[in-house]
Amino acid sequence: MMLTKRVIPCLDVKDGRVVKGVQFLDLVDAGDPVEQAKVYDAAGADELCFLDITASSDNRGIILDVVRRTAEACFMPLTVGGGVRTADDVRRLLLAGADKVSVNTAAVQRPELVRELAEQFGSQCIVVAIDAKRVNAEGEPDRWEIFTHGGRTPTGIDAIAFARQVVDLGAGEILLTSMDSDGARSGYDLALTRAIADAVSVPVIASGGVGSLDHLVEGVSTGGADAVLAASIFHFGTHTVGEAKQHMAEAGLPVRLQAAPPVRASARVTS
Amino acid sequence: MAERLAIIDYGSGNLRSAAKALERAAADLGREVAVSVTGDARLVAQADRVVLPGVGAFGQCATALRSIAGMEAALQQAVIEGGRPFLGICVGMQLMARRGLEHGLHQGLGWVPGDVVRLSPNDPRLKVPHMGWNKVAFTEAGRAHPVLARLENDGFAYFVHSYHLEPEEPAHVLARTDYGGPVTAIVGRDNLLGTQFHPEKSQDYGLALLRAFLEWKP
Repeated sequence: MMLTKRVIPCLDVKDGRVVKGVQFLDLVDAGDPVEQAKVYDAAGADELCFLDITASSDNRGIILDVVRRTAEACFMPLTVGGGVRTADDVRRLLLAGADKVSVNTAAVQRPELVRELAEQFGSQCIVVAIDAKRVNAEGEPDRWEIFTHGGRTPTGIDAIAFARQVVDLGAGEILLTSMDSDGARSGYDLALTRAIADAVSVPVIASGGVGSLDHLVEGVSTGGADAVLAASIFHFGTHTVGEAKQHMAEAGLPVRLQAAPPVRASARVTS
Repeated sequence: MAERLAIIDYGSGNLRSAAKALERAAADLGREVAVSVTGDARLVAQADRVVLPGVGAFGQCATALRSIAGMEAALQQAVIEGGRPFLGICVGMQLMARRGLEHGLHQGLGWVPGDVVRLSPNDPRLKVPHMGWNKVAFTEAGRAHPVLARLENDGFAYFVHSYHLEPEEPAHVLARTDYGGPVTAIVGRDNLLGTQFHPEKSQDYGLALLRAFLEWKP
């Protein structure tokens, strides 16, 4: 037996509320990220990820309360990202109960930040989130560029070179999102995932584009990812985390399966 | 009177998860346990149970622990002389060793003879840190241990580390995991227990371990 591949459900959180539509109607409060987190915890998620997309700086503190309440109820690793710019932001999230913090735009604008954060908090809790988009024309060699600000702003920076750079600076993990695949439900960009996974010595989380359980399998088997992240297939109830892991196990991937069948969400949450 | 459990706060990362997990484990058992996160050596000396967490590098953690006046003496008093149940977690477990070899040579608490050495998986494709869920397989000594007897063998726990403790005395290794070779997962002797993984992050398996620790009467 070796280290298992992780399945990580991600919740987009805005002003303290889950953004994407959900079908867990039997929850006490379906828009509460903490209630959602409990469902994923009960289903055997290997980690949980919150992406804070709060726009107003006035409301940025709300995520800390969400993290605090989650850490009281869920005893699983928690990564939080979105709008993290300073060591102080990282410290507040870790003290609230996050295990890892992901940085994106701020790391692209000033890569040295990664070194400072890794030295202060340890590499194990610093994740660099890379949003990359294919920029080569058809027939040309593969090339992906970093985009910032939620994928809107091109930077001209090569994604593979940047991944190597931030790992050298102390990043403990790479959260890799393909901007071409994100939301398309056609699967991860496997060539991109494989290129980054082969280029760095730390774990790579594949993200962006999952529409079926086979996509999770491909992310690991073809893309070489150590963990697979998905949002909508879990939010919309298309599949449970348990089904995802069962499917990966049947494909021959090492995953952590629960001994007992997952407890039904409503029974667990309202008890 | 409620039992007093001290989680030692020496500035090493987030202790909230450990405190909340121990409170949950106590509530599951219906036991009254006063969990305090403290950097006060007097409270540690008086505690009925002691938990030493730790995140980061060995040397940095050892220095931070020793920089609190009286803390090492309080630990010695409560745990070694007083025989109170002790649980070290992650770097807190590594600190039980005599020496740590991360970024230079550093002295540990010296409770478990052995060194903390870098992981060297025999497969170059295996990445360090060892991060994620892996199986915890009990040794013969582990199967005979009262805390582990209450856990499933080969259960999954959450690991994040680049170094591990290699005890000189095989009987001190209670469980191992496999990451390109054997990796120490749980150590123990007498009233001392240490887990390389994070029970406070290991869902049901971790809570079961914490419950067993809270009920342990070594």
